[in-house]
Amino acid sequence: MAGYNNQTNITPPRWLLAELTYSCPLQCPYCSNPLDYANYKTELSTDDWKRVLTQARKMGAVQLGFSGGEPLTRQDLPELVKHARELGYYSNLITSGYGMSEEKIVQLKEAGLDHIQVSIQASSQELNDHIAGTASFQHKKDVAHLVKKHGYPMVLCVVIHRENIHQMPEILAMAEELGADYLELANTQYYGWAHINRDLLLPTKEQFEQAEAIAQAFKEKVAGKMKIYYVVPDFYEDRPKACMNGWGTTFLTIAPDGVALPCHSARELPGLDCPNVNDYSIEAIWYESKAFNFFRGFDWMQEPCRSCDEKEKDFGGCRCQAYLLTGNMYNTDPVCSKSPEHKTIQQAIDTAKVQSASGNEKPLVFRNSKNSRLLSPEVDFSNR
Amino acid sequence: MTINPQFPILFSPTHRLQWEEAQQKYVILYPEGMVELNQSSAEILKCCDGTRNLVEIVSELEQKFATSGLLNDISAFLEVALKNGWIQQSN
Repeated sequence: MAGYNNQTNITPPRWLLAELTYSCPLQCPYCSNPLDYANYKTELSTDDWKRVLTQARKMGAVQLGFSGGEPLTRQDLPELVKHARELGYYSNLITSGYGMSEEKIVQLKEAGLDHIQVSIQASSQELNDHIAGTASFQHKKDVAHLVKKHGYPMVLCVVIHRENIHQMPEILAMAEELGADYLELANTQYYGWAHINRDLLLPTKEQFEQAEAIAQAFKEKVAGKMKIYYVVPDFYEDRPKACMNGWGTTFLTIAPDGVALPCHSARELPGLDCPNVNDYSIEAIWYESKAFNFFRGFDWMQEPCRSCDEKEKDFGGCRCQAYLLTGNMYNTDPVCSKSPEHKTIQQAIDTAKVQSASGNEKPLVFRNSKNSRLLSPEVDFSNR
Repeated sequence: MTINPQFPILFSPTHRLQWEEAQQKYVILYPEGMVELNQSSAEILKCCDGTRNLVEIVSELEQKFATSGLLNDISAFLEVALKNGWIQQSN
């Protein structure tokens, strides 16, 4: 695998996202898992994960996210948490709350889990259960109370889109009631499932601005008690996000089957040949693999990024967004107003607005195995 | 929010102060985030064990580093730490 590394100053990973499984009892239509997740059936073993955690920690990774899918479906989660604690990671559990019990919360605390992030889909039962595709609202609130009861810091995560953006005041009140230490208001990022549902999820500019003003006023009100993580709606920005803090600089994602990704959406990009932890060490993957060196530095850039004086600030934005919206992953992220393809953003906004006004919307495509197989039929040669 | 000089200062139980070998520095870890500390900030926070108040922390550090006049610097840093939720006080 050697030969791809022509960079001299590669920083080690700091953030390891361990996607333990693609299994999930929820069906959120903006899920960040790949559309074809149902085709990836193998999962790393407990020992494989322990090896990955050990290798990444040795390189300097310190923040660890246990994610998925729903990580609680892995029965070895407490064992992995314990291993992570012994290595000195700060462990974050990113969960829907589904399958969580008080007993498990205590067990994970004893194993050394540092923090639990609970997602809630809306501030009302009806909408939460509709978006999640599962009756889960009351249980999520119970889990949030138990997380606080047992002394964890808690992040409450709410993904914001056109179906729930009008609930902003109620969402904020719910976060206060549940005693959240941090509230993540994550405006939907349009990859994977959210990309195919974009016309139904993308709010109008007016809706965004109104919700943002409400959130901003709340932020000042709860200063010192609750912190707000606001994930910006980049379709309404004129400069792209500094995606992943720069490719291959900070973040390392390991997918359930052991594929190492520079970002959790990178599976959507063609020709990266993402390496698997079954074949290579984390060190070899990080420093030498084709995938992790692909967009490192600035040599890969085209104009207008190449000569842009902001390229060291935003790294040309998001590669997955450039690919999904312009068909070319080397292009400037079209969110940037300097991009010749910037009009695709306005077109997306306009199309979504027309859809919303028509009153004749197509239904959301929920994230489940049936839809995954329909959208990404596996080529099966076994019958030929 | 300001530091009350009477009350002991405790490093937040929902944060973690840790030496990072790879970075050769102390860091504060919290949900999905990390702050890198310089040596003097780390020394101050290590004293915040819930038994000492501001004056006691100052005298401990002045003794440890055989110096004087640290009160202003230490209290300015602790104000920032309190505002960020890294430390807390209870009476």
